[in-house]
Amino acid sequence: MSNNLIVERERSLVELERRIAELREASAAQPRDMSSEIAALEEKYQLILRELFGTLSPWEKVHMARHPNRPTSLDYIARFDRFDELHGDRHFRDDPSIVGGMGTLRGRNVMVVGQQRGRDTKENLHRNFGMPAPEGYRKATRLARLASRLCLPIVTFVDTKGADPGISSEEHAQSEAIAICLQAFSTATVPIVATIVGEGGSGGALALAIADFVIMLEHSTYSVASPEGCAAILWSDASKAEEAAAHLKLTADDLHRFGIVDQILPEPLGGAHRNARDVVTRTLDAVEAALSPLAALTPEILLDQRYRKYRRLGEWQAEGLEPVRTAR
Amino acid sequence: MPRPEWLAGRRTKEAQATDGAMWTKCPKCGEVLYRRDLAANLFVCTRCGYHFRMKAYDRIASIVDGDFTELGADVLPGDPLKWSDRRSYPAKLKSDRERSGLSESVVCGFASLSGRRIALGVMDFHFRGGTMGQVTGERITLLLEEARREHVPCIIFAASGGARMEEGMLALMQLAKTTAAVSRFMADGNFYVVVLTDPTSGGVSASFAFQADVIVAESKAMIGFAGRRVIEQTIRQRLPDQFQTAEFLLEKGAIDMVVERADLKDTLVRLLEYAAHE
Repeated sequence: MSNNLIVERERSLVELERRIAELREASAAQPRDMSSEIAALEEKYQLILRELFGTLSPWEKVHMARHPNRPTSLDYIARFDRFDELHGDRHFRDDPSIVGGMGTLRGRNVMVVGQQRGRDTKENLHRNFGMPAPEGYRKATRLARLASRLCLPIVTFVDTKGADPGISSEEHAQSEAIAICLQAFSTATVPIVATIVGEGGSGGALALAIADFVIMLEHSTYSVASPEGCAAILWSDASKAEEAAAHLKLTADDLHRFGIVDQILPEPLGGAHRNARDVVTRTLDAVEAALSPLAALTPEILLDQRYRKYRRLGEWQAEGLEPVRTAR
Repeated sequence: MPRPEWLAGRRTKEAQATDGAMWTKCPKCGEVLYRRDLAANLFVCTRCGYHFRMKAYDRIASIVDGDFTELGADVLPGDPLKWSDRRSYPAKLKSDRERSGLSESVVCGFASLSGRRIALGVMDFHFRGGTMGQVTGERITLLLEEARREHVPCIIFAASGGARMEEGMLALMQLAKTTAAVSRFMADGNFYVVVLTDPTSGGVSASFAFQADVIVAESKAMIGFAGRRVIEQTIRQRLPDQFQTAEFLLEKGAIDMVVERADLKDTLVRLLEYAAHE
């Protein structure tokens, strides 16, 4: 029994997938043409897939973003031309829930940083379920500053429920670590392209998402707090997470409308993990396409654009209400 | 504490009525305090030293020399997500406005402190738990931009439960916006001081509050990233009382100093003097 809605729903497909595979095998082994039977089954399969995943509610998207097979930061980094991981915050520890280093993407040298959750239980324990500690944010800060020094554009992958809420993280000043990381990305003199590949949870996600261009996968989510956290804060009841998800406007469409996300990448029916190879290729294409014009800008123009991009957010207002405006 | 003239008319009737209450009970020691004595003692319990959470305009009056010119008071919150749960978001804003006499969780402006012009931002926990909405971020950004133009130091009193849920990602983006404004302000060689007051957590502590040149905290204030309840639920055990207090953060090296409220103004004056290049 998985606690992931999408994984549960996929169980009904497993039997059908097995039968299709068996038929294919049998068909290859004997002369009788079975292609029409296979086609019929595949049609049925697609139909069920559409029924199950054709339209996803915000809460279903939260589960899709958390799907154990969804491509993670390292799956994207693995498809760079090359990559050398850099470790540690130079003070205390290397935090495996943030990976980063220098690499080459489509012939362009870059600095890459991403939150990394585990792809199984063992790796999840090692990587703290992708919830970074202050050491992780300090590593990201270090790499962002190094990128500026070496004139390497920064590519980030965002995938975290949020920053780690533990005793040691508080003792090591999680707030300060995130605050300074935000500042490092805000002032980096090189282009930054961020992609929300999974779950973007709160300030712990934003720390790697201040960017000149923000890409978001269709079924990724990005929110002010996790739905569980929001429900706990507002109604002291984390079990009302589904209701919170409906309120939070955390889908790619919502955020594109608000101007927080610049580009949405479509996913295959049923989610990115159903054709991970294609999703990773298209994502890296989009990252490169976004980097290319940014790389032509001077640091002054880049910083000024970035400042104005975030400066604008807050002028948004609802119709019929007292206006929200800036005094400039 | 005498009430300066500029404070007149800044409060709703209801807020004034609360001001008029004769007695207040100290939540820590239970002492019943005469309201006027409490105000004269900067809202610190005269018996046990408990620091009450201060209202924004009381705080401003306790710090500045005289006049206070407000900035961004005409920037008011909307309802970008059309949020409605048990009550609609505009209804929550309205009742907080009536209760606190504030139009948002922060009051910003310019004043003199011991004869020196400063930019001053004061957050108030009584409005939406001091949470940061778009307008909170906007007012702080306006303050930092104007302070940068004038090349004057900026002091911000933080008190916040974090980013405001009802404004969703647009609230979270205020971390990015204020960070950018702080960075520009500091890059020009301006001096930035934050006073962490009870309580400061979440998105506010993880952005402009912990980016200051000097971080002061009021004695016994609760300060952290994650809320105490969240941590206790995560680790499934009770945290020690000292955890996340100003004194705890000082010991861990996260802040510069812990100051009693009575000494706060003098401390800020000295910090401004050191940074004044005189």
